Amino acid sequence: MRPQQGTISKGVDWGLFWILLALSTIGLLAIFAATYKEGDPIIASWIGFKTDYSKQFYFFLFSLLIGFVVLLADSKFFPATANLGYALGIMFLFLVFPFHSRIKGTESIIRIGAFNFQPAEFVKIFVALALAKYLSLPELDFRQTRSQLRAAVLVLFPALLCILQSETGLALVYTSFFLVMYREGLPASIPVIVIAAVILVVTSILVPPNLLAILLTAAALIVLYALRRSFKRHRGLFTTIVLIWVIAVGVQRFVVPFLFKSVLQKHQVERIYDLFGKDNPYRQASDSARAAVDQKKKETGTSYNVRQSKIAIGSGRFLGKGLLSATQTRYDFVPEQRTDFIFCTVGEGFGFVGSLLLLGLYLLLLMRTVTIAERQRSTFSRAYAYGVMAVIFFHVVVNIGMTIGLMPVIGIPLPFISYGGTSLVTFSLLIFILMRLDADRKMVLR
Amino acid sequence: MSVYHQARSRSIQLLLLVVFLVIILRLFYLQVIDGRYRQLAMDNAVYAKVIFPERGIVYDRKGRAILTNTIAYDLMVTPAEVRGIDTLELCRLLEMDTGEFRKRLVDAIVKNTSVRPSVFRGLLTKELQARFEENAWKFPGFNLVERPLRAYPYEAGAHILGYVREVDPKDIERSKNFYRQGDYIGKTGLESFYEKVLMGQRGVQYMIKDNKNRLVGRYENGDFDTASLAGRSLRTYLDIELQQLAEQLMNNKVGGLVALDPQTGGILAMVSGPNYNPNDLTGPGGSSNYGKMVLDVTGPMLNRAIAGRYEPGSTFKPLGGLVALGEGVINANFGYPCGGQYNACGHGKPACTHAGGGHAANLRLAIANSCNSYFAHVYRMTVDQSKYRSVKNGYLHWKDYMNAFGLGVKLGVDLPGESAGNIPDTSVYNRENDNRWTSCTNLTLGIGQDKMLTTPLQMANAMAIICNRGYYYTPHLVEKIEGESEQDTALINPYRRRHKVLTGIPDTAFRAVIEGMSDVVKMGTARVAQIPGIEVCAKTGTAENYTILDGRRIKLPNNSMFVCFAPKEKPKIAIAVFVQNAGFGATWAGPISRMMIEKYLNDTLSARSRADSARIAAANLMPAYFKRLQQKEDSLRARQWFKLTRDSSYLKRITHRSDPTTPRRSVPVPTERRSTAWMGESRKKFGWEADRPA
Repeated sequence: MRPQQGTISKGVDWGLFWILLALSTIGLLAIFAATYKEGDPIIASWIGFKTDYSKQFYFFLFSLLIGFVVLLADSKFFPATANLGYALGIMFLFLVFPFHSRIKGTESIIRIGAFNFQPAEFVKIFVALALAKYLSLPELDFRQTRSQLRAAVLVLFPALLCILQSETGLALVYTSFFLVMYREGLPASIPVIVIAAVILVVTSILVPPNLLAILLTAAALIVLYALRRSFKRHRGLFTTIVLIWVIAVGVQRFVVPFLFKSVLQKHQVERIYDLFGKDNPYRQASDSARAAVDQKKKETGTSYNVRQSKIAIGSGRFLGKGLLSATQTRYDFVPEQRTDFIFCTVGEGFGFVGSLLLLGLYLLLLMRTVTIAERQRSTFSRAYAYGVMAVIFFHVVVNIGMTIGLMPVIGIPLPFISYGGTSLVTFSLLIFILMRLDADRKMVLR
Repeated sequence: MSVYHQARSRSIQLLLLVVFLVIILRLFYLQVIDGRYRQLAMDNAVYAKVIFPERGIVYDRKGRAILTNTIAYDLMVTPAEVRGIDTLELCRLLEMDTGEFRKRLVDAIVKNTSVRPSVFRGLLTKELQARFEENAWKFPGFNLVERPLRAYPYEAGAHILGYVREVDPKDIERSKNFYRQGDYIGKTGLESFYEKVLMGQRGVQYMIKDNKNRLVGRYENGDFDTASLAGRSLRTYLDIELQQLAEQLMNNKVGGLVALDPQTGGILAMVSGPNYNPNDLTGPGGSSNYGKMVLDVTGPMLNRAIAGRYEPGSTFKPLGGLVALGEGVINANFGYPCGGQYNACGHGKPACTHAGGGHAANLRLAIANSCNSYFAHVYRMTVDQSKYRSVKNGYLHWKDYMNAFGLGVKLGVDLPGESAGNIPDTSVYNRENDNRWTSCTNLTLGIGQDKMLTTPLQMANAMAIICNRGYYYTPHLVEKIEGESEQDTALINPYRRRHKVLTGIPDTAFRAVIEGMSDVVKMGTARVAQIPGIEVCAKTGTAENYTILDGRRIKLPNNSMFVCFAPKEKPKIAIAVFVQNAGFGATWAGPISRMMIEKYLNDTLSARSRADSARIAAANLMPAYFKRLQQKEDSLRARQWFKLTRDSSYLKRITHRSDPTTPRRSVPVPTERRSTAWMGESRKKFGWEADRPA
């Protein structure tokens, strides 16, 4: 069942295409279930571009059209224009500042006519391409710290712009590109350090500060005692351990409080503490004076979202309630359910089995992308493939994790499922470009 | 170059697998293991809407519905949907000012959010409802909602039928949470006694609600719904026309009236004065009327026919005679040489209205002439019998008789709030007389005085015992319950049992008593009760009573009492009428009884009776002291209000009315009392307990 375009279909990985199609269809169904109200004229509103599901349907058609164009393009086009694209993307991000529209709490959307664009969303494509381009430069030696730093700046600069647009969620997405860098030779110690840092921050949230300091000190002393014989042979070992201890305690006693007090915004801190089910100790006096109001807010705030989302997913049980019998999602108990919390619709309507199927599709997509990446001959294609994989992986894990209470509430869409034209087109483009590059994997060796 | 770090693809794949596994495990826990969420989702989205059945209907003996259902309308508002309306016009329509309008709207939002409908104005009058319906299209966000109401088409029988009100927390507790906030429950009368029959069975409709608590549809197409069952109806013995007549006659009078069918114990009419129109408690003015009545010292809510305690006085004499006959201390020929007063106890009391002439030469004559000495003596003979060895023992036996007659105990009528009256225990006399007392101490018990108190119902029942010659059925209202269940049978079986009292009295003795009562009508004090073609047997009674007001003991007009039954042979109706502070028994209570008999047996009133009925219905016999009493209670409450709120405006309004010459000291310092508690106290102090001289 291949499309008629014989020439472009040559070498294209149709598996990816079918997965994309399946996910988008599920997405349409889910949006339909989440927004359909009893008595809506389905056909009329489907054609009329009035309801969310019809809009999403047209976005889907549009993304297929763009995908078709991409598949027709020359694969050399992408490395050739990567830097230009990056510059263009950054320009878009800057354009947002003077031209953004006033839509609920975000400053990242440009409105043109009836359409809303979110540059932060589709700049991911340019960053993925630019990073691949940089990593594939023939003269690059990625073992050098300088190159690694340059790559990091390349990735984090748009993230910084996103933060300035109060889109922390989308900014965090850019950190997923470190996975690409890891694959291309970032020292293995870096993920270890990152993981250690995450563990340290989480424990300093969960464990009272003084107790944690004592525990850390005790651990350091035990290690020192255990290794007391090795100090003569390994110079610097003692210093290293002491240094680690100093850094750990420093982070725990000073950096984390500083982070929560001065760097992160109040609602972000709330969300993180909500995730662990703890009261936010950094709430200021003026806030606690309005404790009653806060309590009220809490019921409608993020912890309410997560609670309702968990109820929705949990009440789906093994087989689900059926698409239109899902009371939680149909009657608006879960806020933002057509966008960020769309997974609830799947979880409630189709239960564990449906959720498993969706996760399976995602896993298949990601694994397929890794396989495709590894069969590329060019660093550009491989790095780009990993970029696609990393971005989708991050979106899926954070979004689903958020709906089931494994992650703090970070507002990023679920790829192909969440309502939103920019997001759907962005992810489709990522995949189509990958398909194009992969189709020509044997032709070029860059 | 491409294979440079190829091994890392493995660790990346491993990372993917591990992270997805964590998510899947978490999902497995949420969706498969942890079972709470389905219930939580149900709690969120499914609302069990209780469907209230129509309450049962009450019929009278001729099948006329005397308590039915009707529909009223509440004006509901959904504030969020109120847009672009002409507020001024709506206000004019509803006869309220814009300030009130705004206040009610804000109240609705505060109480019930702006997206859910709340009552904007409850129970519209018919006129308002019609006016609103015409203009409803102009006012989006407002709509009328049906609300079932109780209706009393004959506007009679308020005390009998009772009323329904919203349950209070105590009702909910008592019912072990069967009732819920907002439910209606029968509070008094038949509505309360037969609540389980009348209420029917509630149904449940499962509705789906959304995140703003709006109902959006049926849950699972109503597969789990249960239908409501309408309340079952009651068939009573009441004759509603007779009841209406009785209520007219008792208009503006304080007292009680009971008419019953001696053959069955069925109550034909029962009135308590002052009375009220039962429809006043339903509909638009219901709450305010209720509030007024509760605070009225005349006690319109009190059913004096079963809870008013009166000294029976002379009306008791036939019973006293029967007890002596039953004990065998006298026979029908027993006579007493009364010379105008009773001298056997040394103080010449009680006095007798007749002197000599053999007016107490036998039982029949003694009853016809209502000889005080005779019945005081007969009482003494009864309790002083040598076989009981002591007066205390003898008194206890006499009291047993009284209790068997239903005096001093609750008869068990099918209405709540019945009083037992009072036949004191020996312990009372022991305490008051230092344990040494004789039959002389309480000899006036024999003429229905001393500490004896009875209710009109008890006296009507006593008439039934006499005319039935020794048996009675517990007086009751309900003849049949529609679709009688086992539970219902248990409820009304007591009323189907014949109570045999006074066995072993020869028929001739009964005849003597009955003839005596017949003589009372023919030539005695009850001549007013003569009806051509019907032989009426009756006994009048007049009791003195006093009250204490502003620290002074005041003699009030006598209570007018009348008991009777008719016709003499095969009696069909037995009546007891007590009118407080009205004068002689024959003046007011007598004609009332006569008209009742005429109406019941002849179905019409004679010309003479029609004139009488107009006169009596128009007469206002409300005791004057109630006014002063009301004023005192009001100012007490005002002071209480002032103490609680420090708001003197209420106090000023009340005290402004008060008599400036009233000494201040007569107003006691108010104590902590609930708003209705004072009623009980004044009831004890004044009025319907027929105070006796100390």
